[in-house]
Amino acid sequence: MENAAIIGVGMTRIEANKIRDTFADLAWEAVNKALDDAGMNMDDIDNIVTTSNDFWDGRTISCMAVSDASGAYDKNVSCVEGDGTFGAFYGLIRILSGSYGTTLVTAHSKGSEGISSLITNATFDPIYERALGLDMITGCAMQAGAFMHRTGTTAEQLAMVSVKNHGNARHNPLAQLPMDLTIDDVLNSEMIADPLHKLDCSPVSDGCCAMIIANEERAFQYKRDPVWIKGVAFCSDTYFLGDRDLSQARSLTEAARKAFAMAGIGNPANDIDVMELYDAFTYQELMWLEAMGISADGQAGRDLEEGRFAIDGDLPVNPSGGLLSGHPVIAAGLIRIGEVVKQLRGEAGQYQVKGAQRGVAQGVNGRCGQSHCVWVLDKNK
Amino acid sequence: MEDIFEGIEPMVYQSRINIPYNWWAGDTASKFLLAIRDERKILGTKCDSCNRVFVPPRKTCPTCFTDNQEWVNVSDVGILEAFTVARRQLAALPGKVPICFGLIKLEGADTALLHYLGEVDPGDIKIGMRVQARFAEERQGKITDIAYFRPI
Repeated sequence: MENAAIIGVGMTRIEANKIRDTFADLAWEAVNKALDDAGMNMDDIDNIVTTSNDFWDGRTISCMAVSDASGAYDKNVSCVEGDGTFGAFYGLIRILSGSYGTTLVTAHSKGSEGISSLITNATFDPIYERALGLDMITGCAMQAGAFMHRTGTTAEQLAMVSVKNHGNARHNPLAQLPMDLTIDDVLNSEMIADPLHKLDCSPVSDGCCAMIIANEERAFQYKRDPVWIKGVAFCSDTYFLGDRDLSQARSLTEAARKAFAMAGIGNPANDIDVMELYDAFTYQELMWLEAMGISADGQAGRDLEEGRFAIDGDLPVNPSGGLLSGHPVIAAGLIRIGEVVKQLRGEAGQYQVKGAQRGVAQGVNGRCGQSHCVWVLDKNK
Repeated sequence: MEDIFEGIEPMVYQSRINIPYNWWAGDTASKFLLAIRDERKILGTKCDSCNRVFVPPRKTCPTCFTDNQEWVNVSDVGILEAFTVARRQLAALPGKVPICFGLIKLEGADTALLHYLGEVDPGDIKIGMRVQARFAEERQGKITDIAYFRPI
């Protein structure tokens, strides 16, 4: 893959209800932050990829809520429906095509404006499934139970993910839910759908992230040291939950394998300094770590107990607080990438992982981790 | 910098998207649903390439990209592969909690069917349980013509 880099990042705070901000306001804030960060103006942006979902926004061609605020007039603008990691993937390949030197990628949602249960129920097949009334929480709860059953991962180990991530969020000024929790706090929180307690689940949030990707030549023309994209891959599993072994994330294993190979990572557990993963639920952080080969199968809980993934551990995972501490869907994965960029630039302030040179961001699309997109970023070219 | 909007109440506009849809179920789903409605039989389709039997049935094998030509009967008995119990009254739920959902791999099928569990205490549900379909008395050609699966 030819060299390409991330040269600008801008994010809004993640909040439960950004009542003063429309989608356009969020994009305006994030995009301007990204441009300022990069030392660029809108004329330097060759094309734009927005990421949003029509159901979440309550309008079709949902790109158009943010297009003006993203500087799309007179430019090639396209929308990716899905997680921000996939939007960024599209933005990257537009650069790799040779047609564009810089791409502005945005991703937004305001979970506060709709009813997430009804929206995510609509992901279920209308003929075979939807009437049953499942949503993202009940679907993922089934996966959590299957994962715990197969691997022996315990409720306490899941709770530890929540304790770690909410704890990390105390040092992230953009996080929605910094919290000082104990394992018992999590286990005593309301059971939403067995085995997921309230504190095992991410909140439904509002937020927007913008990022500027450039080819090698353009990457050196602006203010920042580029953060290099060393490997990217995405892989999709089957749609119907019953077609797969829900306790395994096969498509993540494949995406990680490809992305790591592209980046020349031979030993992921040792070669990676920081990870920002898609922890929509506590069990997912553990399941994704195992699928990516960071932990042996069934051992992520134990590795977590041993402090391996703590901010001062061998391989900090979600030092930003992750999605458990604030989850604007769609923006979620782009924020993961943005947080890794901050770490590699040494700009994560009080949640900085010391000496981070190489990081991994991961995002999910679809139900129960159907599709995964893995990014490997490096401070060094 | 002064906030020109300070003191101005943010207006919230309430609306609703209410769009009726008429989805054509397709030949495959129609045959499946009619067999349940009229004969209380559960059918699957088989891929010639990987030999997997899909329930609910699919016209195209999701892994092999082939036509699934063959129809097979599957049992109304199967094993529970995954489950959850909804405890909070989430908006999408059609009734009062607790509601038990499960993925049931019926004998003869290679994929699991998503459905309800009934006639069981939520605390007693275990992965690996044997369950059997209970058909609704009045059936309309919908997935809810199976009322739920119960332990046997």
